[in-house]
Amino acid sequence: MVTVTAEMPGESMVRPGGQAARSYSGNGGGSRGGDVANLGDILERILDKGLVIAGDIRVNLLDIELLTIKLRLVIASLETAREVGINWWEDDPWLSAKGSDRARLADENRELRARIAELESDDGQRAVEGREAEDREAEDREAGDSRETGRG
Amino acid sequence: MADATAVWAYCVADRMAPEWFSHLAGVGEYPVSVVTGGPLAAAVSVVGLAEYGEQALARHLEDLTWLESTARSHHAVVEAVGAHVPVIPMRLATLYRDRDSLGAMLEARQQDFAEALGRVTARTEWGVKVYAVRPEPAATAAGEDHDADRPGAAYLRRRRSQLDASQHAQRAALAGAEEIHASLGQLAVAAGTRAPQAPQLSGQSDPMILNAVYLVEDGESAAFAEAVQRVASLHEPVRVELTGPWPPYSFAFVAEAAPAARQ
Repeated sequence: MVTVTAEMPGESMVRPGGQAARSYSGNGGGSRGGDVANLGDILERILDKGLVIAGDIRVNLLDIELLTIKLRLVIASLETAREVGINWWEDDPWLSAKGSDRARLADENRELRARIAELESDDGQRAVEGREAEDREAEDREAGDSRETGRG
Repeated sequence: MADATAVWAYCVADRMAPEWFSHLAGVGEYPVSVVTGGPLAAAVSVVGLAEYGEQALARHLEDLTWLESTARSHHAVVEAVGAHVPVIPMRLATLYRDRDSLGAMLEARQQDFAEALGRVTARTEWGVKVYAVRPEPAATAAGEDHDADRPGAAYLRRRRSQLDASQHAQRAALAGAEEIHASLGQLAVAAGTRAPQAPQLSGQSDPMILNAVYLVEDGESAAFAEAVQRVASLHEPVRVELTGPWPPYSFAFVAEAAPAARQ
């Protein structure tokens, strides 16, 4: 018996637009070919699950706890993810428009709007020139600063 | 001390035949053998304490290469036994002083093991992972670029519609994952979820939003697989992956006598 992922009639496991659902890769080597279970799938089972019964040699539970937490750093982004089920999603920059990321986007938008208003106004060209002049001044100042403090 | 050994337990079943795993190297390439106790049998390897003692293990378990090789070897033995009889997999690194000690434990706990085996007999564990599928950015931007004289505003509009699209996709995918878990759960004897795997472990760039396990009657396995296909096609912004059959890792437990009981 071999554990494989998505060992199903191919077509129905393919989403519209086409990417097959089978995946055997991406976990740092050790692959012995197509029919090998994903390492993460194995680890989360035999480290986290499986029968826990006291052996004679106490593999210190605290150590195991630390280990599984460390592994979770690899496996998911952790305890909170486990509690909420999907929390780490919120840290995914692709999907996330929450918290600091949302604030950052809002700032970015505000800045861009201001810039666009400048550019699209009648004297846009002058605004651009003015800003470039400011930038040049700033560069000059920085160059001067670094010359003065440049010893270290 | 260099010759000191311990007994690494892979799994427990009602009976075992050495030829089931004679083709396998166990953990650390140690041969696999059988220990019996009462009406039960365990697959074991006699391993060197130098490598599998408490301190050595603590060190090794942090080494992902060692861990992977050990995990795969452990899993291979459990699977080999599970191909023949209902099996209770032991958690990684369950070690006994010697064969007699393990045999005595099996005998003493035979009632607990019988109950655990009863729960998984003629049942199979299946894993279902659901990924949110990223919306195509190009699709959301299409047909909105008619005011070429105001490229900045058009850019902002595109950006906003991309964000809206991903939030919409996120909500739809999450709702889909919940429905999938609920409907698959109805076909299972037991079900559970664990933390979604990070992309570097899942090997998928799409974010995983459901990582579920189901214990399914063997007679229902085909229906379950069909149901997975069906729900996958019903819920648009998600991709569904079925793994298994697995030994019942996620559903193997005995009532622990000691207060150190853990899930």
